[in-house]
Amino acid sequence: MSETTRQLRFEIFRYNPEDADSEPHTDVFELEETPFMTLYIALNQIREKFDPGLQFDFACRSAICGSCAMMVNGRPALACRTLTSDLPDKICLYPLPVFKLIGDLSVDTGTWFRAMVERTEAWIHERLPFDPDATEERMSDDIAAAIYENDRCIECGCCVAACGAANIDSAFLAGAGLNRIARFQMDPRDQRTDADWFEVLASEQGVFACIGMMACEDVCPKELPLLDVYGYLRRKSLATALSSREK
Amino acid sequence: MTSKLVTTDVLVIGGGLAGERCAIEAATAGHEALILSLVPPRRSHSCAAQGGMQASLANCVKAEGDSPTVHFLDTVRGSDWGADQEVANIFAEEAPVAVRELAHYGVPWSRVRGGKNHYFIKGEEVDIDEPLENDGLIGQRDFGGTAKWRACYAAAGTGHAALYAVDSEVVRLGIEVRDRVEAVALIHDGSRCLGAVARCLRTGAHFAVMAKATVIATGGYGRIYGQYTTNATINEGTGASIALDTGIVPLGNMEAVQFHPTALSPSGILVTEGCRGDGGYLLDKNLERFMVEREPQKQELASRDVVSRHMAEVMRGGDGVESPYGPHLWLDIRHLGEEHLRTKLLEVWDICRDFVGRNPAEELIPVRPTQHYSMGGVRVNKDGQAYGLGGLFAVGEAACWDMHGFNRLGGNSLAETLVSGRIVGRRVAEYVSGYELRADTGIALDALKAAEQRAAAWLARSGNGPSVYEIRDAMGETMMHKVGIFRTGEELTEAVAELGQLLDDCDNAVLRSKDPGLNPELAFAMRLRGMLRLAMTVAKGALARTESRGAHFRTDFPVRNDSDWLNRTLVRWGMDEGMPTFSYESTGLIDLPPGHRGYGSDERIEMTTTLDDYNKNVLADQIRHGRLDSDEEMGSRLRRGAWKTATG
Ligand SMILES: Cc1cc2nc3c(=O)[nH]c(=O)nc-3n(C[C@H](O)[C@H](O)[C@H](O)COP(=O)(O)OP(=O)(O)OC[C@H]3O[C@@H](n4cnc5c(N)ncnc54)[C@H](O)[C@@H]3O)c2cc1C
Ligand code: FES
Repeated sequence: MSETTRQLRFEIFRYNPEDADSEPHTDVFELEETPFMTLYIALNQIREKFDPGLQFDFACRSAICGSCAMMVNGRPALACRTLTSDLPDKICLYPLPVFKLIGDLSVDTGTWFRAMVERTEAWIHERLPFDPDATEERMSDDIAAAIYENDRCIECGCCVAACGAANIDSAFLAGAGLNRIARFQMDPRDQRTDADWFEVLASEQGVFACIGMMACEDVCPKELPLLDVYGYLRRKSLATALSSREK
Repeated sequence: MTSKLVTTDVLVIGGGLAGERCAIEAATAGHEALILSLVPPRRSHSCAAQGGMQASLANCVKAEGDSPTVHFLDTVRGSDWGADQEVANIFAEEAPVAVRELAHYGVPWSRVRGGKNHYFIKGEEVDIDEPLENDGLIGQRDFGGTAKWRACYAAAGTGHAALYAVDSEVVRLGIEVRDRVEAVALIHDGSRCLGAVARCLRTGAHFAVMAKATVIATGGYGRIYGQYTTNATINEGTGASIALDTGIVPLGNMEAVQFHPTALSPSGILVTEGCRGDGGYLLDKNLERFMVEREPQKQELASRDVVSRHMAEVMRGGDGVESPYGPHLWLDIRHLGEEHLRTKLLEVWDICRDFVGRNPAEELIPVRPTQHYSMGGVRVNKDGQAYGLGGLFAVGEAACWDMHGFNRLGGNSLAETLVSGRIVGRRVAEYVSGYELRADTGIALDALKAAEQRAAAWLARSGNGPSVYEIRDAMGETMMHKVGIFRTGEELTEAVAELGQLLDDCDNAVLRSKDPGLNPELAFAMRLRGMLRLAMTVAKGALARTESRGAHFRTDFPVRNDSDWLNRTLVRWGMDEGMPTFSYESTGLIDLPPGHRGYGSDERIEMTTTLDDYNKNVLADQIRHGRLDSDEEMGSRLRRGAWKTATG
């Protein structure tokens, strides 16, 4: 076994913006690789063995809560499901760009995503009051499955970090925001019309601000069809723009 | 800068499904609510729930004949008669409303497909015609320990879909959420809870929140089992801990800890019961299905405590698959087919690919029983009002409301968070109406100062004492190996001694990082003592309970004993007291008489009193143990005898 064990070299970004004496820099740590080692395991070992102050975020450690995205060798990824065996011996870890830095590898995605939910009003609109005695409204399983497909976004921020437009204007809705719009637009329970959506979509931070690099789809850990989302929303917005001009 | 003193009507500690649903109710009634959470609410552990949410909607053929009464029966049997039967009934009656309300909030529930459907049931392939008139209604899948198909689901991402919909409602209502904030102590005057002291995890600053009502919704405490848990790293039981610290509020049934049969070996990541519900098998090292012989009736779908015990026995008997991390068994879902796995069990597909590099359509999944759910928690009455302190409520996994007794059925927990969130939220709203905030800032500032001093003391300690992480790991080993699936008096005695030693070690532990602000080691250290105290209440409670009930199994007392132990463990432990104090209250009004669960062992020691005599004493007994008045009298929502007509 031992001759195949790799020595991993981690280069990790360090900076605590709350501390006036802290300067951005990188620290280097070395660890012996173990079978099925994920970055979750590695980072905890580094914290517990070498540097108890090292800041990073994990909660579910099963790729579902979206807490742990970071730049892994230059690419946004969920650290908890990244196996070191898929990486070279040298592993560079940086915090996601675009989001406010909390410290080291930890960023404030919560504030960004709450603002996105507020801006897209990511809830079913103009529903009747809930009637506890009524049977549920029907929906075909195919439509439910299609909505679920887009509902799967875990708000990890990988697509935002990879987005050229969001890196210039952090208010750009990016893949996650546009996907959220598509999710509600296809939901028959939501009464918003194409014209209602047009306002958000055609805004400076809406679908036309996308510069078309489509890195978002490549980095999405849930493999959401962001390219389709983008095409769908563009077509919808153009159609809305045209039909309003014709009137 | 946050101010040192914040006021609100309703303080909700915890932004998972239970806390948020409760806050929605309070806000809708016109009260101001403030939610605190360790993480942005959508990252709460509720998002990880996979398989489903139980509610007797009875929309598909295999659910025909289901009703709240059958759901009630399954829940009480699942609890091994440890549940409060009135609460179980309230729950079963309101679960369908909670599922439909989620549909109203936007959850894309999987729906019934009218016409021919292909299923796997107990090893057989079956075609069933779902009636066309049910097409498009919310569908159900099978889960363990239930007479009917009852688990409503959104693929294997039910918790995610539910939490996102509920959190959107929180945003829509403009409810304030402060994330990366941890409640570290309750503020109280000995009879009333006045709020909580909180610590900002970004800056290390403490502040006090004064509220008319305070709700603990902090989820489970699986992390006292170290790495041997399916729970998120943030499930450290801080809510139960700060309640225990008061010395006034008791925790209920802490020894009732659930082990889930199918967590990945070795990472402990959960693979949902929906896999077995949809027809998956458990196999030993010879690739034999051992559950068919051991539980002919329910096979792989007996309740979790029963399946976990059979698995542990199989592994002890040498039929586990050896691995560097100890033995495991196999979960086989290959026969369900790739299409089913990539739609109805998509999250399982992802987990297998990401964490064990396996394709479940072609390969077996290595699993073993792992700590999963905390049945115990802050003891409350049927309104969610905690025993002992007026104005303190608890809800969700953090509470012992107590519909689960000694074993929770799969899918009943998501349903509990929403049902109890609605009910308790309504009670909280009523409680704060017409209640003037008592600006007893003296008590609040004292509590604030005490919390600041605790943090300062950690930082001031020097020398070369043990690290907090060593203590945590040792706690996990003790809990898994000596307070696990099978328990004995001897091992539990050792566990109590070891935990006592670890509590001493904790007093000498030294931090390596001295930053008072952003400091993960300090944040963890401040929880560690509370975790050890919870662990101690579990171990001591398990040692004292000399019977086997639900998930609490004593090999030296292998039989359920309704003569001596038809009761609920309560434990109180003030911060300055050396050891916890245990007492035992009546379980609650009993309508369904204790009997055989329909799976597992049929041996038991019968009650020696009559049900009438037992029931006569319940109210007075619980009041003696600290129960505060509920809005409606005890028993008002027990439908006496309804179960006699149920077919389940
Ligand atoms: C992997 C997994 C799968 C599951 N699948 C299912 C399923 O399919 N069906 C089912 O019914 N049940 C399932 N369960 C159980 C169910 O998910 C949980 O019991 C339920 O979601 C708990 O919800 P909650 O709101 O009580 O707590 P949580 O969702 O755990 O939320 C707790 C909240 O409290 C906050 N918090 C904690 N401590 C503090 C503090 N001191 N100060 C401030 N905030 C604090 C956290 O930040 C979080 O917001 C599953 C559990 C696991 C572990
Ligand atoms: S820790 Fe939850 S997604 Fe990685």
